[in-house]
Amino acid sequence: MPAASIQVSETPLVLYTLRRADDALILGHRLSEWCGHAPMLEEDMALANMGLDLLGQARELYSYAAKVEGNGNDEDKFAYLRDVRQYRNLLLVERPNGDFAHTMARQFFYAAFADLYWLAMMASRDPTMAAIAARSEKESAYHLRHCSEWMVRLGDGTDESHRRAQNAIDELWAYTGEMFQSDESERGLIDVGIAVDTSALRPRWLQTVSSVLTEATLTLPNNDWMQQGGRFGRHSEHLGHLLSQLQSMQRTFPGATW
Amino acid sequence: MVSVAQHDADLRQRAWDAAAQVVDPEIPVLTIADLGVLRDVRVKDGCVEVAITPTYSGCPAMNMIVVEIELALAREGIAHPKVHTVLSPAWTTDWLSEDGRRKLKDYGIAPPQAGSGRRALFGELTVPCPQCGSTDTELLSEFGSTSCKALWRCKSCREPFDYFKCH
Repeated sequence: MPAASIQVSETPLVLYTLRRADDALILGHRLSEWCGHAPMLEEDMALANMGLDLLGQARELYSYAAKVEGNGNDEDKFAYLRDVRQYRNLLLVERPNGDFAHTMARQFFYAAFADLYWLAMMASRDPTMAAIAARSEKESAYHLRHCSEWMVRLGDGTDESHRRAQNAIDELWAYTGEMFQSDESERGLIDVGIAVDTSALRPRWLQTVSSVLTEATLTLPNNDWMQQGGRFGRHSEHLGHLLSQLQSMQRTFPGATW
Repeated sequence: MVSVAQHDADLRQRAWDAAAQVVDPEIPVLTIADLGVLRDVRVKDGCVEVAITPTYSGCPAMNMIVVEIELALAREGIAHPKVHTVLSPAWTTDWLSEDGRRKLKDYGIAPPQAGSGRRALFGELTVPCPQCGSTDTELLSEFGSTSCKALWRCKSCREPFDYFKCH
């Protein structure tokens, strides 16, 4: 009999931590889908390496969420035994890989945010979150540099690479707004200094994004309508397919270990 | 008769010495002490506690390092140590010892360049070739054979080499 989904009691801090853990896990999984398929060997290693960093971040965050929740859940149960509606990640990170330009643009938008986010979270009043932030900030800064160089290479490359990069930017743009939103439960954590107000990070994010895109001869979309829902478990159809792969082993053979 | 404090201090020293011999499974010329991954060894209620810090969040070598520490202590007759991970302060290549840097270079891996601006978006970095010493080198890939390394090439001796990323 397939393993049933777990129940999670989403107190504000548990929910907050799970949202960040889910971002890292899902984006890391997307990058791992490139393993063996990247356009060149060096990039195959780069994508897998970035995926590994994100997986490491996800593990720390899930373990902490499990500790705060105190209901006997653990990192594996959170990853393998929650259904799609229980996932709290940004819609951006579940977007399919598409072509290489899509993957890079998605990573660029996220890394430009994660770099600022983790840097700010190093001052969190929650010591565990601050420690995870200190580790993740260094990794995000490196990812951002790598992706920025690719945006320039693609945008300022051939007509074909420029066209693909611009397409990717245009298509993913509407998924960037969610990174800067917060709800009632997060505002409580912001007020006590555990979480940071991400809306305050947007001007600097926009500055980084526009300076790189300008150098890449790409155009920033001027459409302000933003898609949302991931933080509340309202996902695109893509996440379910991703989870069916990620979870198939544990769902089929509950409790299987290496 | 040895006092408890003296006994604990001796035990701690033996445990540290044993743990400090454990090598990084992916860079076997470096010990975890050289790397700065070994943060602390203490004795609490007669039990040895070892604190290590990961170089990268997803570094797969960490699990193996934990097992190696347990084995090294067991060989010293120290049973059931607690090995735990500390995240703060976050590991940095600044903790790599001078000896460690020399060993890396001798092994053919360029040590991290101190003070290279990792926050610079498009930073220029000069990494001397660990084989011939030439500074006429170029970056091939920002990500190398492990999380902690990038791939470079020397334009003088034409050899590719690993560079331990500044972090």
